[in-house]
Amino acid sequence: MNEQTVIEAKGLTKRYGGAVAVDAISFTVGRGEIFGLLGPNGAGKTTTILMLLGLTEISGGEVRVLGFNPAREPLSVKRRVGYLPDTVGFYDQLTAGDNLRYTARLIGFNKDEREKKIADALKRVGLADQIEKRVGTFSRGMRQRLGLAEILMKGAQIAILDEPTTGLDPHATAELLGIIRAFKAEGVSVLLSSHMLERVQSICDRVALFSGGHIALMGTVAELGREVLGGGFVVDIEADGAGLVERLALIPGVSGVERTGIGKLRLHADRDVRPEAANEVVAMQGRLKFLGVQEPSLEAIYTRYFESKRNEAAAAKEGTRHAA
Amino acid sequence: MRREGSAFAGLGVVTLKELSDHLTGIRMVIMEWIVVLMAVGVVYTAIQQIREVSAEDPFLFLRLFTRAREGLPPFVSVLSFLVPLVAIGIGFDLVNSERNQRTLSRILSQPIYRDALLFGKFLGGLITITVMLVALWLMVIGLGILTLGLPPGPEEVARALAMLGVTVIYAGVWLGLALLFSILFRSAATAALAALGLWLFLTMLWPLLSPYAAALFISDTVATPDDLLKHLGILQAFARISPGAMYGEIVGALLDPTVRSTQQPLLASLGLVLLQPGSVPGAPLPFLQSLLVVWPEIVAMIAGAIMLFVIGYVVFQRQEVRA
Repeated sequence: MNEQTVIEAKGLTKRYGGAVAVDAISFTVGRGEIFGLLGPNGAGKTTTILMLLGLTEISGGEVRVLGFNPAREPLSVKRRVGYLPDTVGFYDQLTAGDNLRYTARLIGFNKDEREKKIADALKRVGLADQIEKRVGTFSRGMRQRLGLAEILMKGAQIAILDEPTTGLDPHATAELLGIIRAFKAEGVSVLLSSHMLERVQSICDRVALFSGGHIALMGTVAELGREVLGGGFVVDIEADGAGLVERLALIPGVSGVERTGIGKLRLHADRDVRPEAANEVVAMQGRLKFLGVQEPSLEAIYTRYFESKRNEAAAAKEGTRHAA
Repeated sequence: MRREGSAFAGLGVVTLKELSDHLTGIRMVIMEWIVVLMAVGVVYTAIQQIREVSAEDPFLFLRLFTRAREGLPPFVSVLSFLVPLVAIGIGFDLVNSERNQRTLSRILSQPIYRDALLFGKFLGGLITITVMLVALWLMVIGLGILTLGLPPGPEEVARALAMLGVTVIYAGVWLGLALLFSILFRSAATAALAALGLWLFLTMLWPLLSPYAAALFISDTVATPDDLLKHLGILQAFARISPGAMYGEIVGALLDPTVRSTQQPLLASLGLVLLQPGSVPGAPLPFLQSLLVVWPEIVAMIAGAIMLFVIGYVVFQRQEVRA
């Protein structure tokens, strides 16, 4: 495990009786990386997270979190890792400040650093004015932010967030994602699980797609897009200038140019040709109004992948029927 | 392989949190009032009765705990009835409320072991009950001094303190049971109902049923005194399944210096008197001798509390954190 790896799982397995919840998964998370565990409910995401924290027993395989074994050294792991469970709960009868004070005492902060850390953390998640309010009056979004404040207060090196955006309105989601990005800016690694692909796509450096206890796909969203959707970049241009279509078609790697509207063009290419396209437009003294590359959508990747899996399975079934 | 660090890291923090939750909760206020009102009522009637009958009783003060006006239960009986209720009231939702509030996984992701959480909850509950019992005990003693107009002797204080200690242990048994049920049942209402059901069964029904259960193991012929004692031993063993019966035996011997054996009341109910070589029937025992008479029962009750806690502990350790 090198300096830059904070989580390393090898063949991690969890069995409940005879049922396999997590089946020999392997992945690594680097320092300062936002890593997404994606997949439908029941795919084994939460179980994986609990194993990383030493909160459930590991049936097989190996895992290292910041160099510690969560099964044997849970306190060392839990001291350095912050966890936001799905639908996080707080003591409703206590104030936000008191809830964090309890956690701070459990972590072992002394009184002076406790108050300062709590005030700082609440300020950063925008709850500074709510410190004396009972958590019972909090909305879901505020509870999630309070959960993030707890991780901030802890000074965690890794933040593990289980379904952080589920059940939040768009505004609250945006706020939450902003805080999560700030984690990354501070060098905190983030491992987050979600089934809301669109949201996750915007902040994850790498993702792992879970399916039935396996990791079906892993990599950056672009990599997965190429792998599943069959490569190809789509670049949209809005510009004017005569003969632009012909000039753009000559850029190496461009396989086709189509008109999508007045002054709107779409390039199909095998790589990101935005710099070259911009050059061409400028060279022709055209006015460039818009230039954008269509990121492959995680949703499309996901749907396509599981469709193809289903088709394969169906085909295999068909095959056996024919054989019989 | 040993796991790292202390199992009790965070124990003090959890205990203090539990204690403050209990002491500030509405539930606690209700239970305090129930206990205080009943105690005042019982002591008041006990004092009336004591004034009527006892002129020259050397252990007058202890009668506060064991006597009452006709038709009313004495103080210790009220305690043996109320303490389980308070313990269940405190313990029935200790663990399942953490689950239902979804705080369990968040708390357990802090650098503490489950041991500390569970033990802290038990300890917090027990300290709460102890505070309540000490207050009650002081109130009874205080009322006694005021109304009887004489201070208790050192022997009486020692016996009353021992009774207090045993009452705390007795509360520990029921708190252990309530804690176990709060681990077993995810719903707090189910846990409360199950604990109260068992409490009703053990305090109301079991005293009636246990002689019949014991009868299955008793031979019909009672020829020698030894047979009789064996017979009584079996009866007692079955009755003691109820912690209330055990508690009654212990405080009976602690508060009444003339009790030389826990079988004495049973013998008395048969019209018999226990004679021991070299002793005068009815003569008071010194405090330590009284303590020795019921020492096995006290140890058994401590063991019961520990056993219930350990069962809960094992179940809790094996439970999954997620809801």
